[in-house]
Amino acid sequence: MNRRAALSLAVLFAFLLAAPLLLGNYGLSVLILVLYFAFVGQAWNIMMGFAGQLSLGHALYAGLGGYVAAGVYFHYGLGPWAGVFLAIAAAVAAGAIVGYLGFRFSLAGVYFALLTIAFAEFTRIGFDNWPWAGGSGGLFLKVERGVTDIANLRGGATMFYYIILALAAGTLMLCRVLLESRLGRYWLAIREDAEAAQAAGVHVFRCKMIAVMISAALTAIAGVWSAFYYNNLFPETAFAIGRSIEMTLPPIIGGLGTLFGPFVGAVVLTGLGEIFTDVGDWLHVPGIKQIFYGLALLVIVMYRPAGIWPWLATRLGFVERSK
Amino acid sequence: MNDFLLSLAQAVAKGLLTGMVYGLMALGLSVIFGVMRVVNFAHGEMMVVGMYLAWLAFDQLQINPLFSLPLIAVVFFGLGYALQRGLISPFINRPEHQQFLLLLAVATLLVNGCLAIAGPDSRGVQLDSQFDSYEVGPLVLDAVRVHAAIAALVITALLWLFFTRTRIGKSIRAAADNHMGALVVGLDVRRLYAFTFGVGAACVGAAGALMITIVPVTPFLAAEYTLLAFVIVIVGGLGSMTGALLGGLLIGVSEAVAGLLLEPSLKSMFSFGLLIVVLLLRPQGLLGRRDSR
Amino acid sequence: MSGARLELAGISKQFRGLRAVHDVSFVVPAGAIHALIGPNGAGKTTIFNMIAGVYPPNSGTVTLDGRTLSGLRPDLVCDAGVGRTFQIVKPFKGLSVLENVTIGALHRRPKLKEARAHAEEILARLGLADRRHHLAQSLTLPDRKRLEVARALATQPKLLLLDEVMAGLRPTEVDVMVGFLRELNAKTGLTILLIEHVMRAVMALAAQVVVVSYGEKIAEGTPQEITQHQAVLDVYLGEAEVA
Repeated sequence: MNRRAALSLAVLFAFLLAAPLLLGNYGLSVLILVLYFAFVGQAWNIMMGFAGQLSLGHALYAGLGGYVAAGVYFHYGLGPWAGVFLAIAAAVAAGAIVGYLGFRFSLAGVYFALLTIAFAEFTRIGFDNWPWAGGSGGLFLKVERGVTDIANLRGGATMFYYIILALAAGTLMLCRVLLESRLGRYWLAIREDAEAAQAAGVHVFRCKMIAVMISAALTAIAGVWSAFYYNNLFPETAFAIGRSIEMTLPPIIGGLGTLFGPFVGAVVLTGLGEIFTDVGDWLHVPGIKQIFYGLALLVIVMYRPAGIWPWLATRLGFVERSK
Repeated sequence: MNDFLLSLAQAVAKGLLTGMVYGLMALGLSVIFGVMRVVNFAHGEMMVVGMYLAWLAFDQLQINPLFSLPLIAVVFFGLGYALQRGLISPFINRPEHQQFLLLLAVATLLVNGCLAIAGPDSRGVQLDSQFDSYEVGPLVLDAVRVHAAIAALVITALLWLFFTRTRIGKSIRAAADNHMGALVVGLDVRRLYAFTFGVGAACVGAAGALMITIVPVTPFLAAEYTLLAFVIVIVGGLGSMTGALLGGLLIGVSEAVAGLLLEPSLKSMFSFGLLIVVLLLRPQGLLGRRDSR
Repeated sequence: MSGARLELAGISKQFRGLRAVHDVSFVVPAGAIHALIGPNGAGKTTIFNMIAGVYPPNSGTVTLDGRTLSGLRPDLVCDAGVGRTFQIVKPFKGLSVLENVTIGALHRRPKLKEARAHAEEILARLGLADRRHHLAQSLTLPDRKRLEVARALATQPKLLLLDEVMAGLRPTEVDVMVGFLRELNAKTGLTILLIEHVMRAVMALAAQVVVVSYGEKIAEGTPQEITQHQAVLDVYLGEAEVA
C-alpha cells in the first residue's frame, strides 16, 4: 500500500471512529447499513472472490446465526456473546454440509449456486413451520428503551454502530492476513485454475471447505448482530433469496477478490439506495426506486465489470497500474 | 380409502395439467441455458410480464388469453432477440457472476416495471369457462386447466417440429450440442444465439399467457417462477427438451400431491429437496446426457 | 533435489468402452531423461494423467522409488515428488509471474516469505525474473511454458513430467529449453519424462524413448534405435506400398 493510500485509510478510519459525534440519527443509521453490508459482503467475498465458489444462498448462514442466537436468548436467556458461538457452530455445520455435497459431487458454477439456493429455500420453509423459532409469525426480542446493556446487546444505535464497525474492520484485517498466508494464496490459485493448483500440490477440497466455513461463520455473526439490532426475525426475510442476493452485490459491484471492494460497493449501493428511495417517494410510483437501482446495476456491470474499486483505486493514485 | 385415492388421483390430474404449462415455461429456459449456457435469472420475471400482457389484453380488449397468446409470443420473440443481440451477447463468455448480475438487473427492471405500471395487487382473468369442467371417469377436471394444457401441448408439438424440421431449428440444436463444432462448420453463432433467446422468450411469454388463466399474477411471483424453472430444467435434464416437459409434469404433480398430503406451505420444500437429490445423484437430470453439462 | 525412479507396470485405462491405454510398462531410472512419443491420440497424455493422479489406472501400478502412486490424488502425487506441466498451459492468469511460481513453492515452504524467495531463485534460473510482476496473462507462449516449468520446479520434484513443452516454440527457443533441461538434469539429477513431438528435442535430450500407438507400447530404445524401428516407421509414415 503506498503512502497516499495509507494516509487516506487513516483519515477514513478516524472519521468512522468519530461518526456518532459528527452525524445525526439518519446519517448514523445509513452508515450502520453501509458497515453491515461491507461486513457481510466481505464474508461472502471470501468464498467467491478468493476461493471462486458462487453462493447464492448465503442468507442461510445469516438466518441460522440470527435465529440460533435470538432463539436461545428468547427461550433461555442466554446472552448473545455466548449465543454467537452456537450460532457460528450451526452455520459452520450448514456450510460444511453444503460444501461437502457441492465439492464431493463436483458441482461447479451455476449448479453449485442452485444447490446453495435450494438449501436456503429448504431451510426457510422449515423455519416457517417451526414453532420454537416462532414459525411464520416471527421471533421478537424485547426492546428496552434507554438501556445500554452491551452484554445482551440491548441499546441504542451508537452501541450497534461501534460493534458493526469493529466487525467490519476486524474482518478486513482478517482478510488481509488470510490473503498473505498460504491458505489465501491457495484460494487464489483455486479460483484461477483448480486443476493446475492441484498439480502444484494444493489440497483443493480442503481449502474450499475452509473458505465456506469461514465465510459461513462470519455471515452468522452478521446474522446475530442483525437480529439484535432489528429485534425481529421472520423466515420469509431471514432466509430469503433477496437477502442472499443483497449480500453478493457489494463485493461484485465494489470489486470481487479485493480487500476494499466490499466496502466501496456497500457505500455505492447504500448511497444509491437512499437517493433512489428519496426520488421514489417524491415520484409516488411503486417500484421506481428498484427501477433506478436496476439501471444502476446494469450500468455498472456493463462499464465496470471488474468492480468500481479497482478503477477508483487507480484513478485516485492508490495503486500503480499492473502490467 | 377410496375417497383418499380419488383425492390423490384428482391431485395428480390437476398437477399434470398445470405441469404442462410449467413444462412450456421450462422449455424456454432449457433452450436458453442449453444452447448458450446463460443462466437466465430473469426467466420468472419474463413469465410474469407475459402474464401481465395477457391480463392487459383481456382487461382492456376482452381477448381470451388463448387468442392473445400468438401475438404475445411474437412480441416476446422480438424482445428476446433484441435483448440478446443488444445486451446479453457480450456477456456470453464472461464469468458467471457478471452474467448473473446482468440478468438480475434485467429482472429487477422487468418486475418493477410491472409493479410501477400495474401496482402490487393481484390481477386475475375471469373467463366464461371459469366454472366449467370435464368429467373423465370419476375425475373432475377444470375446463380452464384442460384448455391451457392442450394449448401447451400444441405449442410444444410446434416447437418440436421447429427444432427437428427447420434448418435454423437444427442449427440451434447443433450449437447446443457442440458449440465449437457449430462455429467450425460456419454457423452464424451470434444470429443463432439471438434467435435462440427469442425462441426461449417466446416460450415463456406463451406460458405466461396460459398461466394467467389458471392463477392470478402479482409482481412477487417472479422469483418463485425463476426458481421453479431451474428446478424443472435441472431435474428434467439440461439440453433435453423432453426433459423440460417431463420435469414440468413431475414438478406439477409433486407440488399438487405434496399440497394434498403435507402442509400446503411445505410443497415447494419437496421441490427443493428433489433438486438437491438430483444435483447430487444425477446432475445431468433424468433425461440429460452425461456430458451435456 | 535428486531424481526418483519411475516404474509403470501393466497400466491400462478405459473410458466407457474406449480403450485408451492398454498394458503399458516401462521404467525411467533415477536421474535419466526419457521421452514418450507417438502419434496424436496414442494415449500419451492419458499415461501422464495416470502418473499424476488425475485418474487412476483401471489396472496396473505406478511406483516412484518403490512407493505406489496410482490411486493417489494429484496433490498427494505432487507431495510424493512429481511435478507436471500441461499440454495446453494452465497459468494462473490473474496472478503475477512471481505469484504463480510462489504457489508451487508454498508446497514445501509454508511460510509465504520463504516461498517467495525460493520462487525468485527459480525465476532467475529460467530467465523470467525481469517479468516477475507481470500478470501471467500478458506472457507470450514460450514464456508461459517456462512459467509452467518454473511452477512445477518450485514444488521440488524428484520426477518432472513435461507434456509437449516444446510445442509452439521456434527452433532457437527449443534449443534454449533443451539447454536448460539438460543443465537442470546434470546439476540436480532430476528424473525427466517428456511427451514430445519435436524430434529435435527428443534426439537432443532423451537417453531412451518409449513409443506408443493406439494405447499400446510398440517400441522402446535409444533415439537412434527408434528411428530405425520398423513398427515406429509404419506408425509415423504409414505402411510401405506394395510395389
